[in-house]
Amino acid sequence: MNTAEHPAASAQTAQTPAPPDRLEPMVRIRGVHKRFDKVEVLRGVDLDVQPNTTTCLLGPSGSGKTTLLRCINHLERVDAGQIFVDGHQVGYTARGGKLHEQSDKEIAAARRRTGMVFQQFNLFPHRTALENVMEGPVRVLRQDKHEARTRATQLLEQVGLGERMHHYPTNLSGGQQQRVGIARALAMDPKVLLFDEPTSALDPELVGEVLDVIRCLDGRTMIIVTHEIGFARECADTIVFMDGGSVLEQGSPQDVLNNPKSPRTENFLRRVL
Amino acid sequence: MTILAQTPAVEEPLPVARKAHPGRWLAAVVLALAVALLARSLVTNPNMQWGVVAHYTFNSIILQGLLVTIELSVICQAFAMIIGVLVAALVQSANPILRGISAVYVWFFRATPLLVQLIFWYNLALLFPHLSLGIPFTGMSESWPMNALISGYTAAVLGLSLNDGAYMAEIVRGGLLAVPPGQVEAAQSIGMRRLKILTRVTLPQAVKTMIPPTGNQFINLVKSTSLVSVIGGGELLTNAQNIYSQNFKVIPLLMVAAIWYLVLMAILSTAQYYLERWVAKDQPAAHRPSLRTRLATMIRQKERA
Repeated sequence: MNTAEHPAASAQTAQTPAPPDRLEPMVRIRGVHKRFDKVEVLRGVDLDVQPNTTTCLLGPSGSGKTTLLRCINHLERVDAGQIFVDGHQVGYTARGGKLHEQSDKEIAAARRRTGMVFQQFNLFPHRTALENVMEGPVRVLRQDKHEARTRATQLLEQVGLGERMHHYPTNLSGGQQQRVGIARALAMDPKVLLFDEPTSALDPELVGEVLDVIRCLDGRTMIIVTHEIGFARECADTIVFMDGGSVLEQGSPQDVLNNPKSPRTENFLRRVL
Repeated sequence: MTILAQTPAVEEPLPVARKAHPGRWLAAVVLALAVALLARSLVTNPNMQWGVVAHYTFNSIILQGLLVTIELSVICQAFAMIIGVLVAALVQSANPILRGISAVYVWFFRATPLLVQLIFWYNLALLFPHLSLGIPFTGMSESWPMNALISGYTAAVLGLSLNDGAYMAEIVRGGLLAVPPGQVEAAQSIGMRRLKILTRVTLPQAVKTMIPPTGNQFINLVKSTSLVSVIGGGELLTNAQNIYSQNFKVIPLLMVAAIWYLVLMAILSTAQYYLERWVAKDQPAAHRPSLRTRLATMIRQKERA
């Protein structure tokens, strides 16, 4: 974890004395299978994500990384397997040897534990930046409007958009929209932040501003699907390499990026680096 | 040498001359003349009896009819919008029976002529002489004679609402389809549930694409209320007909009705324009020009065409 530049984050880590291997994983994925018609996109994925760590999912297109991420907040149904966030099962309840999909209410409650940042931003176009960030706290968490506004303003200032919070998404650049998207996810105080290729839809000169914001969130539990290998090397605590619907290898950036064990990882890295 | 000297080093860019369109102008003059002649023959035609038109324009019976026309239109449009949202929600249901029922509703009411539907509702008593409401297996029930319930007015409300509702269902469905699926996912990701996603995220965005077709639909509905005259609905055309059936001033009274329909349409079109402008408030200013610039663009486009 690159904490040297972020005193706040390092202080937080210092307050957690338990060694990482004894912590209950924040996200626990067990034997997840998923198929779209005839294509099996996930072939039994197992993965643990420790609290307060950054995990980057790498892999070629079609390797299932985005699908896996979308299963974690049940935007995608699974065909088999279980996912737990903060000890709560997501989307299904095991009963009588089978998984039963939860009610709309239970699924919504499970999704509140995760925040998601989308590749295409998906801001609500009919609401200003501030209203986008306030929507969840006010309408879902039933927070007081004034409190929510104060907090949303803080978050927008944190992502460098204090000046533009009354703008509608169409009047914001892609980088600015994505930073609003991050603030919207943060406003729900999620246990885990999920990023689905957060910079892939951006013009090259706007990628940096979004990555800078994500870098400042170090110390939270984050799972990031990305093609930015440099960013992953710098910020990830764990790199997970996926191919063909399964996890091929995982480990520290040094291990996976510098000394890949699998020839497929090596091959992929040779092509993108 | 002299030639070179005459060509300056830095030349002014040549301006483009306006292209002449003699044929287009000729057509415009001929057409304008024809329109002027037609207008003159209408205006100066003694059978138009403009004095009678003026006399009846603000006649209390006519104004009473105008009020009923407005009332019918507003009530039926309100019912149609409720029906539209409900049916559009059913069409999206995962249950094939619910989907089938809503599809048959839309098909039936769009496939049969409105006039047939209106006459049918008016004569409902021939099919069901009594309307009975009761709780099954309890013996508790109440019954009313259908003829007392169905007047020209209630038949009009029933017929127009159900017919317009079928069209509104298609408009709402189209509007909801136009909202990108990422919007639903974003709403789900912040923990919203189905009903809240509909009311806070998808419907508000669908409304924007729904306004132009809904405006057309409402304008159609206002004019369709005139069909109610066949069952004596008491609206503008019925009352105009009642007057001319007594004094035989057919053309002047039809003119009075036409004038009021034109006035209503002018008001509605303007209202629709401002409504569209208001819902486009999240668009950059260039995408919502003022009425004047929009008219200017329209005229320019017509000129070019």
